[in-house]
Amino acid sequence: MKKNLICVSCPLGCPIEVEIENGEILSVTGNTCKRGDKYARDELTNPVRSLTTTVKLIGGALPVVPVKSSKPVPKEKMFQCMKLINEASIEAPVKIGDVVIKDILGSGADIVVTNNDNGK
Amino acid sequence: MKYDVAVIGAGVVGSLITRELSKYNIKVALLERANDCAMGATKANSAIVHAGFDAKPGSLKAKLNVRGVELMKVACEELNVPLKNIGAYVVAFSEEEIPHLQELLERGKENGVPGLEIVYRDELVKREPNIGDSAVAALYAPTSSIVCPYELTIAGLENAVTNGAEFLRNCEVKAIEQNSDSFTLETTLGEIEAGIVINAAGVHSGKVAEMIGDTSIEIKPRRGDYYLLDKSQGALAFSTIFQCPTKMGKGVLVSPTVDGNLIVGPSAIEHDDGDNVETTAEGLESVYNSAIKSIPAVSLRNAITSFSGNRAHCTADDFIIGSSEKNKKFINVAGIESPGLSSAPAIAEMVSGIVTELLGSVEKKSAFNPNRPAPVRFREMTSNQRAKLVEKNKAYGRIICRCETITEGEIIDAIHAPAGARDVDGVKRRTRAGMGRCQGGFCGSKVVEILARELNVPVNTITKFGGKSEIMYDKTK
Amino acid sequence: MLNYDLVVVGGGPAGMAAALQAKEEGVEKIVILERAETLGGILEQCIHTGFGLHYFGEELSGPEYAGRFIAEVEKTDIDVYTDTMVLDVSKDNVVTAVNNKDGLIQIKAIAVVLAMGCRERPRGALSIAGSRPAGVMTAGTAQKYVNIDGYMPGKKVVILGSGDIGLIMARRMTLEGAEVKVVCELMPYSGGLKRNIVQCLDDFGIPLRLSCTVIATHGKERLEGVTIANVDEKLKPIPGTEQYIECDTLLLSVGLIPENELSNGVGIELDRVTGGPVVDEYRETLHKGIFACGNVLQVHDLVDYVTEESKIAGKGAANYIFGKKQGGTFINTKGINGVRYIVPQRVNIENKEDVKLYFRVGQVYKGAKVVVECDGNILSSKKKVMLAPGEMENVKITPEMLKNMNENSEITVRIEE
Repeated sequence: MKKNLICVSCPLGCPIEVEIENGEILSVTGNTCKRGDKYARDELTNPVRSLTTTVKLIGGALPVVPVKSSKPVPKEKMFQCMKLINEASIEAPVKIGDVVIKDILGSGADIVVTNNDNGK
Repeated sequence: MKYDVAVIGAGVVGSLITRELSKYNIKVALLERANDCAMGATKANSAIVHAGFDAKPGSLKAKLNVRGVELMKVACEELNVPLKNIGAYVVAFSEEEIPHLQELLERGKENGVPGLEIVYRDELVKREPNIGDSAVAALYAPTSSIVCPYELTIAGLENAVTNGAEFLRNCEVKAIEQNSDSFTLETTLGEIEAGIVINAAGVHSGKVAEMIGDTSIEIKPRRGDYYLLDKSQGALAFSTIFQCPTKMGKGVLVSPTVDGNLIVGPSAIEHDDGDNVETTAEGLESVYNSAIKSIPAVSLRNAITSFSGNRAHCTADDFIIGSSEKNKKFINVAGIESPGLSSAPAIAEMVSGIVTELLGSVEKKSAFNPNRPAPVRFREMTSNQRAKLVEKNKAYGRIICRCETITEGEIIDAIHAPAGARDVDGVKRRTRAGMGRCQGGFCGSKVVEILARELNVPVNTITKFGGKSEIMYDKTK
Repeated sequence: MLNYDLVVVGGGPAGMAAALQAKEEGVEKIVILERAETLGGILEQCIHTGFGLHYFGEELSGPEYAGRFIAEVEKTDIDVYTDTMVLDVSKDNVVTAVNNKDGLIQIKAIAVVLAMGCRERPRGALSIAGSRPAGVMTAGTAQKYVNIDGYMPGKKVVILGSGDIGLIMARRMTLEGAEVKVVCELMPYSGGLKRNIVQCLDDFGIPLRLSCTVIATHGKERLEGVTIANVDEKLKPIPGTEQYIECDTLLLSVGLIPENELSNGVGIELDRVTGGPVVDEYRETLHKGIFACGNVLQVHDLVDYVTEESKIAGKGAANYIFGKKQGGTFINTKGINGVRYIVPQRVNIENKEDVKLYFRVGQVYKGAKVVVECDGNILSSKKKVMLAPGEMENVKITPEMLKNMNENSEITVRIEE
């Protein structure tokens, strides 16, 4: 059986073809780099996605500050992650890399701040 | 709340009537169901001060139009509203239409319109180089002008409020009770008592008259679609270009606006819902197809917005101005379609006359100030003027609307002016912030922020134009 | 009047990269004028990742990408005026700006880099019929509301246009609890990156309807619904395909327009296709000493290319300031047969470095060749798996290739299927 995917690892968006037999991946083709290979294998076994959103910022120049998952999180846990992030908050000043939530939902990914805010 | 006079409807007519009445020692209120003035036909029309050749001689329309042109000059000067006397052409696109121009010329003379002449193609092309190939002749009316109708309304209202009149927004009249010598108006703001009621409710004037049992006014709203083109297109026509009028009105015009844009429209579609201002693809297409007959270079690529408005067309085919047969202290000012804007100052004068006669002895206010100071217009200033202005008040140094170069100071002024802006569109009409090419894409959220700060309310209560026109909902976090 | 060697108009990724490069080349007095409260430009609200893979070799969010340049600028003695709007650039390179601290500022510059970016095409340009309620806005405006102001601009959303901002906002609104009902795209293909269709739409089951547009908006105060319809090959709505969709928000992602009001003020010649100035390989406009880079020059797909281009402009400006401006013969470049435009539009044939010609195609091609030709000689020909209008492409011109050209030469780039 063949399955076609679009790699989302980078903006290139390579069209990937995966050959599967009895649940086993026989080949991955069409990818430009090895990230494509990993993406295709992950996508068929345990799809993951980078998560970016904002978190409430207390005392900041702005009311929210952007955050991202330090590595991709399981796709089906995105909304659960959103719920936790929406309940969280952080106090200004904040800088890029500050951790808001460690190891969110046991995914191994931290939710980290992606912009600086020196406060009001 | 008790007033000598309650004016219903803050369009250009209601606003100027209120201003006229603010000259007297009486208590006047202007009641408006929307969140701002100029929210009906006033905000969406052709913005022309017609010379006055079109109306039937002897009609109120003819009389008030010609008088209105005279008074408009005075009003615009006192109120610091730009009025540009750019002239107008009514174009004939075939030999057969030339007699029609003759007819208009004669009618104009009878109405007392000065300077009318018929010019033929060679001369017309010299004056309007972008005119269509099939144009053979045109009636030229040198006294035709352009004015921004909502700017006039806002300025008139500001001046009226400065002189003691009250502006009650979000005040919709639901019912009117006639007492022995007064009226009780049931409104969304509670009961209001008034000695005299002036019905200037535009497309709803029939409905308002019915509240006292007067069924004489039948309004048939006529929707008109318009395009507004970018300022780069403003020089496609130097004067207002009309086509020969039809039964449905003056037809599609192409005209520069006082701000330097080009306005194209309107269509004319009769319908039942005077609050419905949805443009239609067919309406807009018909506008475009007519407009390119006048000026073939009109291109929709340069359209920055399209909109529509309802003219309060009345089956009586003339303005209805005067005491209701049901109650002489209820004054109808209805059926004010074209040339309504042109006539507005004269209508105000006439209605004020009726009111003072009804009141008997009434004193003029000695402290009445006819002048409304010109708002700061940063974009029109020289570098030196700008430098001095910013030095005096730093808020004029922060540009909010990039397309039109509108400063924070001007927006703050608009909010705190008498009867000032309460919503984003109100700021836009007063300052032009958001009226440029990007149509508020950049400055919209900043205007919301400034409104919320100056009015001391949460940002998500700020609307586009009142009611449920909220812009933001809940906080995300 | 202040005096600077270089005035950079705009403190987004383009302006910062140009200023930093000029600094590195040794230009002393540099000032960046930025209209927003902070440096960073539009990247500040682009909180998704996908930036920097080419330039930094890692995937960053918009603020992180901008943050690296902001940190670099802060390490230098480049002056920065934020919350400062440039009102005018004169023909003799005097820049007039205003802010609420310093008032009116006039700066005499040797060179100017224009890096004002672009803006979104608003509703008016589309002539969608119907009412004018609240709830109709560009996708970028909604992005600012959600990501910067922290407010939701709507709950039930229809998006018109499948450019990247539209796709990104489909996901963003969904993650924040809104229901995105459909993304309509007028063209038979999406203008966005493929991966964004997968991870912004497919992941959330949001339908993408190609050859479909919004023909009317409904609702008097707040938007209550839209009518969508399929379009034919001429992009005209097909009668009978109309469908009403209930929604309170319509986001428009229907194209970006370079912001060249200042360029127009100086009288700089613009390219009719890109909407940006006509420039040479150092991004100098036809007005001496005025350079342009970033989205004001051409709308880019990736910020990495903006950085690359802006460094070239920064270097060009530095050369100009040092009087190292080479003379020489300029020839034109021209996109034909499927190539919509080329930037730079002109190249100095005495140039001693490789020049990349950037271009976009007008439709989707699979397995087509990109052919570069000059005076009947094929300079290069390269087969591409896929070419799409949403993606910028480039071809390289070497000094070797330029050697045999003369003032009458013209470089063309075309697609061969």
